[in-house]
Amino acid sequence: MEWHKLAAQLFPAGHTITEQDHFLSGSAQVAGKTVAVIGTTNHAPIGVEIALAQAQAVLHVVHNYPQRPILILVDTQGQRLRHRDEMLGINSYMAHLGKCIELARRSRHKVIGLVYDQALSGGFITSGMMADACYALPQSTIRVMGLAAMARITKVPEDRLTELAKDNPVFAPGPDNYLRMGGIEAIWDGDLATQLPEALAEANTVDRRAELGLARGGRKLAQRVVEAVVSGTHVRAA
Amino acid sequence: MSSYLEANARERIHGLLDDRSFEEFLPPSERIVSPHLAQLDAPVAFDDGVVIGQGLLHGERVFAAAQEGGFMGGAVGEVHGAKLVGLLQRAIAENVSAVILLLETGGVRLHEANAGLIAVSEVMRAVLETRAAEIPVIVLIGGSNGCFGGMGIVARCANFIVMSEEGRLAMSGPEVIETANGVEEFDSRDRALVWRTSGGKHRYLLGDCQAIVADDIAAFRQAAADAMHACLQQEVALTLAEMDAEHTMLAARLQDFGAQSEPMEIWRCMGIDNPQAVPMLEATEFVELARHSVPHFAAPQPGVR
Repeated sequence: MEWHKLAAQLFPAGHTITEQDHFLSGSAQVAGKTVAVIGTTNHAPIGVEIALAQAQAVLHVVHNYPQRPILILVDTQGQRLRHRDEMLGINSYMAHLGKCIELARRSRHKVIGLVYDQALSGGFITSGMMADACYALPQSTIRVMGLAAMARITKVPEDRLTELAKDNPVFAPGPDNYLRMGGIEAIWDGDLATQLPEALAEANTVDRRAELGLARGGRKLAQRVVEAVVSGTHVRAA
Repeated sequence: MSSYLEANARERIHGLLDDRSFEEFLPPSERIVSPHLAQLDAPVAFDDGVVIGQGLLHGERVFAAAQEGGFMGGAVGEVHGAKLVGLLQRAIAENVSAVILLLETGGVRLHEANAGLIAVSEVMRAVLETRAAEIPVIVLIGGSNGCFGGMGIVARCANFIVMSEEGRLAMSGPEVIETANGVEEFDSRDRALVWRTSGGKHRYLLGDCQAIVADDIAAFRQAAADAMHACLQQEVALTLAEMDAEHTMLAARLQDFGAQSEPMEIWRCMGIDNPQAVPMLEATEFVELARHSVPHFAAPQPGVR
């Protein structure tokens, strides 16, 4: 979805979001309160500059607006695949963004992520996935890597992966699979303007994704393995 | 000298910790294997490619994990990631002195795609949760597969990173970049360029790792113990001051070196007159050179971040 259209649906009471080089920032009115909005658009490749710009926006909110909630809008094709980014240490820039969001959450800012178009890999784990809870629109896609590249690296034929991607929750890119695995909290497909304040009200800092993945049946082992390690016992049967 | 690079995960973790002190959690005899590999006819491992447990480091009780590069390049799947998360959560519950992560990984295990991506995110959050409980997390990187992808991000969430010059730390591997943007962008067969770009020396000069050691298990062990003691003297949890300082550092790096295209030019800009000599130096000679040539390293290193 185009971000202007999204913003109009999310913020009927108005917003000040602007776009610069695929980077979105501004604020908006949500249920009578000001919410900071930070994100990317046009399937942005996340290079060192845009990672740093997002981190700066998060730090600006933490410094200047105590407890102001933050909405992270996700639309990215993943990390930029350039030698220069690697040479400069892009993993450090992306980790920095993730840590700044973590710091905001720990400093009593509620943080919500929303995948409104496309989410991929490193660009997602350091943005929407660092939020208290991450939501997605029904038409969005979330994936680790395109199937062609995945086929090259795994040596699994692409047609086999294409077949698996139709209904296998591990390979299919639809948000419903991430929902079943606990990776996203819920899919928003109604009145976005009422779902956002509800999400903000429910947000908390505990990472419940493995638990949700077990309860929803999409990731049956993660939570049981965590529990077995923590309690020093065997992994309990499904 | 006992090579860290050539050792497997169990040899590394036993060599890291005090003699005979390591006790493994969910050992291979439990046979907890990936639930996703069978559908691709891929082999499984009874430890899913990661060894976790507890032991002593210079007498202090620590938890440790070592990824096995020999199994799917150390990549993180559902079980592998959950073992790391469980270890970190238990470290908090038992208030150990530190968690040491011996990372060797390509990042998300693509065979488990979506489940692997969520798992890496959970590990990242668990590392920061552990730090919030004032337990330092120390990362060691010296295996032949390096530390890439989402785990390259996780590494930079730790308090302290120790690398050998053979170790590599980055995001996308050179093959992935070459595939996406051509051999002119990044020639993955140019091993010297690959090491200049992601190897331990470049990471140390940039400030992305805090210690560099020889490819020797005993050297990693000493550096891990030193890092643990240094961390225990400082704030372990993430703070606004730390993020501000990191932001300043990363912004300055982009400003100073963003126009360069060759790591050796960055080293020259830093004050190293003969950057061509850097790849040939032993770890101790290299640290000396950095201390004499680069203003940032002249002062005693506070660097436990």
